[in-house]
Amino acid sequence: MSSVDLSVKLPNLTLKNPILLASGTVGYGQEIAEFTDLNKIGGVVTKSLSLKPRKGNAPQRIVETPTGMLNAIGLANVGVEEYLKSKVGFFKNYDTALICNVAASSPEEYLECVRLLDSEERIDGFEINVSCPNVKDGGLEFGNNPALVSKITNLTRGATSKFLAIKLSPNVARISEFARIAKEEGADAVSAINTLVGTAFDIYSRRPKIKNVTGGLSGPAIRPVALAKVLEIRKNADIPIIGIGGISVWQDVIEFMIAGASAVQLGTINFVNPGSAINFLDNLTEYCLTQKINSLSELTGSFTL
Amino acid sequence: MYQALACVTDNKKIAENIHLIEFEAPSIANVIAPGQFLNLRVNDNLFPLLRRPFSICDVNNDRISVMFNVMGEGTKILSQKKLNDYVDILGPLGNGFNLTFNEKKTVIISGGLGAAPFPYLTKELLNRDKEIITIVGGRSSQDIIKHGLTNLFITTEDGSEGLKGNVIDCLKDINNLLFETQYRVFTCGPNGMIKAIKKYFADNKIVVEASVESAMACGFGICQGCPIEHVQSEDTYKLICKDGPVFNLNDIII
Ligand SMILES: Cc1cc2nc3c(=O)[nH]c(=O)nc-3n(C[C@H](O)[C@H](O)[C@H](O)COP(=O)(O)OP(=O)(O)OC[C@H]3O[C@@H](n4cnc5c(N)ncnc54)[C@H](O)[C@@H]3O)c2cc1C
Ligand SMILES: Cc1cc2nc3c(=O)[nH]c(=O)nc-3n(C[C@H](O)[C@H](O)[C@H](O)COP(=O)(O)O)c2cc1C
Ligand code: FES
Repeated sequence: MSSVDLSVKLPNLTLKNPILLASGTVGYGQEIAEFTDLNKIGGVVTKSLSLKPRKGNAPQRIVETPTGMLNAIGLANVGVEEYLKSKVGFFKNYDTALICNVAASSPEEYLECVRLLDSEERIDGFEINVSCPNVKDGGLEFGNNPALVSKITNLTRGATSKFLAIKLSPNVARISEFARIAKEEGADAVSAINTLVGTAFDIYSRRPKIKNVTGGLSGPAIRPVALAKVLEIRKNADIPIIGIGGISVWQDVIEFMIAGASAVQLGTINFVNPGSAINFLDNLTEYCLTQKINSLSELTGSFTL
Repeated sequence: MYQALACVTDNKKIAENIHLIEFEAPSIANVIAPGQFLNLRVNDNLFPLLRRPFSICDVNNDRISVMFNVMGEGTKILSQKKLNDYVDILGPLGNGFNLTFNEKKTVIISGGLGAAPFPYLTKELLNRDKEIITIVGGRSSQDIIKHGLTNLFITTEDGSEGLKGNVIDCLKDINNLLFETQYRVFTCGPNGMIKAIKKYFADNKIVVEASVESAMACGFGICQGCPIEHVQSEDTYKLICKDGPVFNLNDIII
């Protein structure tokens, strides 16, 4: 089975395989390690880290929707300092790429976060979250504003020579415009997509089901949208794409790669089956063998229209 | 924590809308404690997408059981499981009831389906030679679940069974049985009931352990979907799935 090459080469980062675990769906890695072998996974993206700890939104934070879920966690996290002190050490025992996702409420704060984290050797790269739909300050406002995405990319690029990806919002008219900006300012890749803004009401109380009123929709329900965004970026911007959105079975990984993704991230499915990533890997190898593919990366952008 | 593909060994209705399903799951049965919970995937499809959390109701050798009522799609599918069907279970999850304490007397207060974790707790308390008084409350006699419970005092709001009133009225009513001695309380049920119990025991002289619920996605601490305010940490929420679902009632803000 080992004759197939699953590895992925991105600028400044080589992954042993294309499957990463998405920000906000693995905490800081520790809990999911009880159910899965992180050594076998391409990489892990941390929960968004901010300069200061954030308490996050009041409950209710999540609700299930047809083949999906809405969340408004509000970027609850321990903050950069505590992360470096008590969380990153866990990964020193694991051989997998560690990518720190960073969220902030000003371009300068993004810069400061990356600067502080960059000196930790174990951290292999960064994913800049300019697309969180659930916080009042920053988040989506940045992701919607080309000038700010440009500035944030430029500043963070200046603070690290490690892998740098910008995580894009699907809640914009043309996502590829933002991918082009990320490329121009020196990002190594874009991650697409973050969650789609959604809501749900209780018909008896007539109140929103989540306290924040709106939340981010994730899970299988968003997969066709995410695929179309990946395709749009592939066709209009020359930058590696990490495909995210509703991946739930191994076939979805292949589909994202065909549409243009170099690697992918698994999010919501980790809640349902924390061993998904590893289950998919054997199937990817098998697929390559039957399809006579030597290197899985050949699939990236291999669609015919 | 284990992920087990567990075989259904029994699935029956024990009262109107109350089901008891049993699984063969030795890895979980051998280590689970009262008050911990399981996160069940009700089918292999992507609808319903998320797992459904249930308290451990009882353990018999290699078998574990769950008591539930049919609320929506997930519990409907669970109620239709047949013998020898398989269900994917994560567990044991969370922290259960504290079983090492000095008080000889215990009071279990159960509201409606809050009875679910108590058959196993009852068994373990009796194993430790504790005395148990169980107060079971509901709106009417239909809500009264007695399965696996002992030494019952029943109260219903409409008076259709037991004392007319609520669990607090019942607590006051049986106060003489407690002889003003130290006792320990375990409770699970609707939020309104838990709040009333918190108020009743606000002077902090009696330890009350409450099992609480919230919506959950993962059940083991990775989604941050299940926060609860806790007195020990003003700047962060505790997670019901990981730090609970059992808390000292005085420590949580509900
Ligand atoms: C720790 C814990 C232990 C539990 N133990 C039991 C038990 O022993 N027996 C039992 O019958 N039920 C128990 N529940 C509640 C049970 O999980 C729900 O009744 C069940 O998930 C309903 O699923 P459904 O698909 O039938 O209903 P639906 O109403 O269709 O479920 C829709 C969504 O609501 C979510 N949800 C469920 N409960 C809540 C809640 N309290 N607040 C907000 N959202 C919620 C569900 O997870 C699901 O995602 C427990 C819940 C928790 C958190
Ligand atoms: C509960 C939850 C929390 C999330 N938190 C973050 C976060 O902190 N930062 C971030 O960039 N994305 C976050 N996301 C978005 C995911 O990383 C991912 O982009 C999105 O869920 C789509 O993928 P999926 O459909 O596979 O879940 C979160 C998603 C969920 C469901
Ligand atoms: S349910 Fe996911 S953290 Fe508690």
